[in-house]
Order: sequence, then C-alpha cells, then structure tokens
Amino acid sequence: MRYIEPHAHMVSRTTADYQAIAQVGCEALCEPAFWAGFDRASPQGFYDYYRQLTEYEPARAAKFGIKHFCWLCINPKEAEDPVFAREVMALIPDFINKPTVLGIGEIGLNKNTKNELAIFEEHVELAKKYDQAILIHTPHLEDKLKGTRLILDALENANVDRSRVIIDHVEEHTAPLVLDQGYWAGMTLYPESKCSPARAIDILETFGMENIWMNSACDWGISDPLAVIKTALEMKKRQHPPGIIDKVIFENPKNFLSQCPNFKL
Amino acid sequence: MDARFKLLEIASFLDRVDRHEGEADFRHPAFMKALQAMQNPPEGTTRAQAVHLAFSDHSTEPAESAGIQFAYGAHKEEVES
Repeated sequence: MRYIEPHAHMVSRTTADYQAIAQVGCEALCEPAFWAGFDRASPQGFYDYYRQLTEYEPARAAKFGIKHFCWLCINPKEAEDPVFAREVMALIPDFINKPTVLGIGEIGLNKNTKNELAIFEEHVELAKKYDQAILIHTPHLEDKLKGTRLILDALENANVDRSRVIIDHVEEHTAPLVLDQGYWAGMTLYPESKCSPARAIDILETFGMENIWMNSACDWGISDPLAVIKTALEMKKRQHPPGIIDKVIFENPKNFLSQCPNFKL
Repeated sequence: MDARFKLLEIASFLDRVDRHEGEADFRHPAFMKALQAMQNPPEGTTRAQAVHLAFSDHSTEPAESAGIQFAYGAHKEEVES
C-alpha cells in the first residue's frame, strides 16, 4: 500500500524508523515544528532546529526514497513567554522559502492561555502575510474541547481560507466541530492517548472520508511510526474497499498538501 | 473478546482503588462520572463523545497562565463543581 505520513517528528526517531516506513509504502512524510521533549534555552536553539528540519531530515529521508517536507513555527508548549516566542518567530522568514517548507505549523494551544492564544493569532497573521497553509495542534485530553473552540473562534476572526487549514488531533467530540466549519481535520494514532486505529476508523465511518487524514505523529514519546499503515490494515479487515483506504491514507493528504507550492511527489 | 478484556481491565482497576486506603485524587470521581455518561449519553451525543465531555474543561475564557505544561486527564474544577 502507498501512503503519505502527514505528521511525524522524525528528529526524535532513528534511521531504522525511516527504513521501516519506507518498506511499508511511505512515499512522503511531513514534519511539523514542535516540542522536542525539552524546552529550548534560546532562539538559537530553534535556528538549529529549523536547519535540521529543512536540511538534515530531507537528506536522511531521501536515502530511503521518502520525500521529506516540514512546517515551521514555535509550538504552543514553548510559547507561554511571548517575548521569547516572538524572537523565535522572527527567524521564520529566513526559512520560509526553503524548498521543502509547506507552511506554518504546528501552531495552536497547549494549556489554553492568553499568551498562547496571542502567539497563535500572530502565527496566523504570519501565514496570511506569506500566503502559507496552516497546520494546527489542538490541546491534550481535558483541554482539547476548550482549545478547539478557542482556535475556531480565532480563525473565524482572522478570516482565513479554511480549505488551507488543517486542525489536527481531533477526536470524537471535536471532529464534527472542525469538519462542519469547513476546515480539514487530522487524526493522530497513539498507543496510549488520542485515537486508536479502531476509534479512528469509527470516526471516519461516522463523519465521512472527506477532508480528513490520519497520522502517527511519532515523536519522542510512546508512539508508533507504523500506525498509519496498521490502521489501513484494520480498515481492510473491516472490508473497506482498497480505493477508500487509498483515499484516506494517500489521496486525501496529497490533495490538502498539493495546495502548498513546495509539495511535489 | 477485546471489549470484554478491556472491561475487565477497568473493573480490576476500580477494585485496586477500592482495596487501598487513602483519598483518591480528583480524577477518580471524574472517571466514575464518565462511566455513567457512557451508559447514559445525552440525546444527540454518542457514548464516546459523552466520555470526552465528562472529562473536558467546559470554560470558555483563556487561562491567565499555564502553570503546568501537561494535562491530567480530567478537568479539576468540573469535578469539584
């Protein structure tokens, strides 16, 4: 099966993981800028991180025939200090024209604070200024519902092109909020939180196969870089036809990402 | 079989809590509330949505500051109210 991994944090993964996902059909992979498991001490740390995302990871992926793309931002977990966040954001224009950059992401909220929201809104304005697509992180667990609502309100105020915005980590209670307002939705497949393969397929069967993708978001925590393909196999077990499975794991991400000028398979 | 296995995991977890002395933290009553929500979801809400809603923060204003970076699994004020 061919597939696109639309959300993975490969800076935290081994080269063997690239090999494994290539062996099961991964053709392209997208890496949003996020927390690396620790708070970086200076904006210079992010400069190095953006170089890693735009130079080193594409080369590492290419060894296995995988095209690597990335999104840039300061993630909400490190955006509580707005002065620090703005210093990091000032670096983004230097990288925005690199050949594998897709847009601004994963921006969003973590603990739904005023500072996080202010930095989120400034990222949205940055995306509009440079005509970039947007990938959005929604908060964890008990914070997800409130965070999703705050994000949707902020996006409405910003008057963004909804077809170029994907709101990630949706679950049963937030998927309809996102899809009904005309945004794309992403589901993250984690072993211990977010969605299991079975629940992700339930969400597809309940809310439809349009404008939605699945990702492993494999990172420094407990996560599975093969989660997308395992979920595809679970879809097959439920007798979803091959064309539908291909749509969800390949065509849907391809259609959204093709709105980014740098995305080419 | 899978659901039966998972149901027994939950039952054993609750037995484990019952077996020990001391105060359960705020997530235990939240968990019990979520179990009830699952069995009696409000009209127009699926069981999975009802569980999510039972654990969620339903306030609408942004918080003044973060305090912590992680999530607990259940909203504290919701449980206490």
